Amino acid sequence: MASVGAFYLLWEKFEQHGRIFVRVGVAAGLTFSVLQLFPTGDRQGRLVATHQPVTLAAMEALFDTQPGAPLVLIGQPNVDKGEMDNPLIIPNALSFLTYRAWKAEVKGLNAFPTDQWPTSIELLYFSYHIMVGLGTIFIAVMLISAFLLWREKLFTSRWMLWILMLALPFPYIANTAGWITAEIGRQPWLVYGLMRTADGYSKGVSAGNGIFTLLGFMGMYTVLAIFLHYSWSVAKSSTGQRWKLRQWSHFMSEIRSRLGSRNSHWARIWSGPLGSES
Amino acid sequence: METLWFMIVAVMVAAYVVLDGFDLGAGVLYLGAAHTTAERQTIMRAIGPVWDGNEVWLLAAGGTLYFAFPLLYASSFSGFYLPLMMVLWLLMLRGIGIELRHHLHNPVWQGFFDVVFSVSSILLCIFFGAALGNVVRGVPLGPDGYFFEPLWTNFRVSIRNGILDWYTVLTGVIALVTLTVHGSLYIAIKTENDLNRRARTTAQWMWPLQLILTIVGLIATIYIRPTVLDNYQQHAIGYLITVMVFASLAVMIYALRKGPDLAAEKLAFVASSLYIVGMLVGAAFALYPVVLPASTDPALNLTIYNTKAGAHGLAVGLASWILGMILALGYFFFLFRMFRGKVRLESGGY
Repeated sequence: MASVGAFYLLWEKFEQHGRIFVRVGVAAGLTFSVLQLFPTGDRQGRLVATHQPVTLAAMEALFDTQPGAPLVLIGQPNVDKGEMDNPLIIPNALSFLTYRAWKAEVKGLNAFPTDQWPTSIELLYFSYHIMVGLGTIFIAVMLISAFLLWREKLFTSRWMLWILMLALPFPYIANTAGWITAEIGRQPWLVYGLMRTADGYSKGVSAGNGIFTLLGFMGMYTVLAIFLHYSWSVAKSSTGQRWKLRQWSHFMSEIRSRLGSRNSHWARIWSGPLGSES
Repeated sequence: METLWFMIVAVMVAAYVVLDGFDLGAGVLYLGAAHTTAERQTIMRAIGPVWDGNEVWLLAAGGTLYFAFPLLYASSFSGFYLPLMMVLWLLMLRGIGIELRHHLHNPVWQGFFDVVFSVSSILLCIFFGAALGNVVRGVPLGPDGYFFEPLWTNFRVSIRNGILDWYTVLTGVIALVTLTVHGSLYIAIKTENDLNRRARTTAQWMWPLQLILTIVGLIATIYIRPTVLDNYQQHAIGYLITVMVFASLAVMIYALRKGPDLAAEKLAFVASSLYIVGMLVGAAFALYPVVLPASTDPALNLTIYNTKAGAHGLAVGLASWILGMILALGYFFFLFRMFRGKVRLESGGY
């Protein structure tokens, strides 16, 4: 929402709405990005440490059990050698985050037999770090935006609006990366500690049946995508345009009446024929 | 405890068939009874607000099955893999038909989605009937509790049967006729004039077929699985279900004969619902405690005892189930109250 608002403000169209979008988006964004870190994210991390210690070790790519474990900010895990390449670390931070004690011992991957390690430690490490990294970036972006908003400078700070606008895909990426973390992190278990993924597949369903239904789903979604693309292009064509604009102006007039706005700038934009807008 | 969960699953399946049954039936009726665009829109509006809520009961029943009888879930969902996927596709196509026909205001595409909606509704009725037929007839269970059934073999009822044989095709047709009548009665309640008249006429014409098929189905079931009578002979109270089924049929035709009268239409719809509940409860009563009979060897039957989840889980789950039910029922009554009465196009809405 903040991204769309920033786009309107940069474009210098629909500015009234752009301001509302940015204001609401930044307020909600700040609240929830902080709540994601604490208490929810922190609590989740410590739950993983309690119940799935091997997953935590793999997520953080901590190869050796050690007191005062460091938190890796950036680095590429080298699973064959059991070490990090090019690490950038905060000493003792992982111990503190996990156990609230700087010198606490955190179990590394070497504390567990290799057959209990998550199947792809590299993918798990990166998806987890992308999620956490983006979460940190959200907090930073939202803090700065909220500060500018408070100083009433946000709507004129083009550089910050650019950042807000370009951040549009990041929440989706963080979401997906978090999902990958959860699913890969649980491997090789289907039910943690009880049932392995390899024991979970349906023995009665042949690979041929599986491929058949996979193709079926792909086909159905392809047809849907083509149809939706087609209706989109019809909606954009001349006859569709009138219909769409009617919907749009109806939507906008409803917003206007709800806000009770009588802003002269606003009225100038909306009193003209809609065709001149785009 | 497992008996309680068996009853819960049976009741949920019955609730699903009664509820989604009427909008599936409306889909069957759709192309035949609604001739003009306005009439089609009327049917869509009659089921529009409720059809997806009704389908939740299928998900809820599946979820409860998974929770209470995990082995049954594992066995049947992998054994019936292909037909279940087809049901899923049909459910998707039906939803697509309902939702996308508003997208383009073009008669060609509206006609296309009308057919998608109606044909997938018809096929779903047959598939659901065939599914029940499979559960009553039994499947070739192996000693590990798993089985594989091809879609069809030679359409005979034997150990090497497929999903479709003459018996399950018969149950599929029974389901189609039953749900068509059920849907027609619902549409009759919700509409006026021509549409109301056509819906009532359909129900009236289908009724003798429904009666004959009920009797044939009963005889066929006893013929292919004589053991279905065991529970009835031990507990004669079960015969009351049979009485209820035929009494409902009688009430239905009595109410239909009374002509266009809302109270009579509602009576007929309630009777049709009771008929469906009676048929399903009758089947569940006959099966108990078996949940999936083995056509290979009765010793391999899946019963509520060898498929149930742990005792602690079953006890704890009851609390969550009751909570979920209260929420679902609350939503259900709110929804049907909001959209009560006849559908009128000019009043706007869905």
